[in-house]
Amino acid sequence: MAAAFVKLSEIEHDALTELVNIGVSRSAAGLRLMVGEEILLSVPSIDVVSHKTAVALIGEREGDELIAVRQDFAGAFSGRALLIFPQANSLELVRAVVGDEMSPEDIAAIEKEALAETGNVILNGCLATMANMLHRSLSMSLPEVLRGDGGRLFEFGEHLDDDGLVLFLYINFAMRDRDIRGYIAMLMDLPSLASLRLLIGDFIDRVMNEDIPIAV
Amino acid sequence: MTITVLIVDDSKLARIVAAKNIHALQPDWNRVEASNADEALAVVADGKIDLAVLDYNMPGKNGLELAAELRTLYPTMPLAVITANVQEEIISRARAVNATFVAKPVTEDALRGFISGAALRLRTEG
Repeated sequence: MAAAFVKLSEIEHDALTELVNIGVSRSAAGLRLMVGEEILLSVPSIDVVSHKTAVALIGEREGDELIAVRQDFAGAFSGRALLIFPQANSLELVRAVVGDEMSPEDIAAIEKEALAETGNVILNGCLATMANMLHRSLSMSLPEVLRGDGGRLFEFGEHLDDDGLVLFLYINFAMRDRDIRGYIAMLMDLPSLASLRLLIGDFIDRVMNEDIPIAV
Repeated sequence: MTITVLIVDDSKLARIVAAKNIHALQPDWNRVEASNADEALAVVADGKIDLAVLDYNMPGKNGLELAAELRTLYPTMPLAVITANVQEEIISRARAVNATFVAKPVTEDALRGFISGAALRLRTEG
């Protein structure tokens, strides 16, 4: 049985965008401390699309092989978060994190570990901020480094077929002074979206109904 | 003279939250909203805006670009740029256009310094 489709209202969509924006902005500030240079972010894009479309959205934009750090989250709402970038950027990102003085061999040796930690700072930081603002806790899996195309990165459990709908949100990021760019993406299935929607409703009530009259 | 504050944010919810917090600090001020930089510039061109609170991460021009344009047009208008993105470059660019940096999520406490400073400045200039 397909879960009933939940369409977010304008204000719910707005609140979710704002939550993601605050979460990602805080993690970008964390990454900035690690790499010592400015991280540029786009405005989050949020859509309910078929799983197939989500894969295609990443695939279309990126012809090259991708590398991703993936963390699953579970709790009041569950899903998968990914930090994705072209594989060609991978070593440069590691270099940005560990410093330019390391030899190429040393950089290659710690690539996976450094990527996992970078992904952890971004994804965990973003989700933790969102969970705090929603007054819920989330548990996060350990970061896992994957290589492949969009289809492989977004594999999302057996229960979800290609036409199953998912909440798909993504943000572009880039480093100002290096040739590094990528995406932060999150996927949630519809039961999770329904739970998230209730929490967003509470969040909106909280921020709207503090005992201060609303502007006319 | 009633003071009018312009709140610029692409998020309606964020505008409501900012408006409420400003109302709590300065109940007599008028509040006007815009959802992007172009709309904000059009509102400001009408000439009744005394100060502005700008979201950083917006589609189109971001809050710092808007702050820079407003600064050129209005050298003394109190401006605040609001973001959760507390990177040094963003803070220092806000400072370079003489705008106050306010961290998101917006609370009364976070806005208090900017709002009371602006109130004082507008009174002494006014």
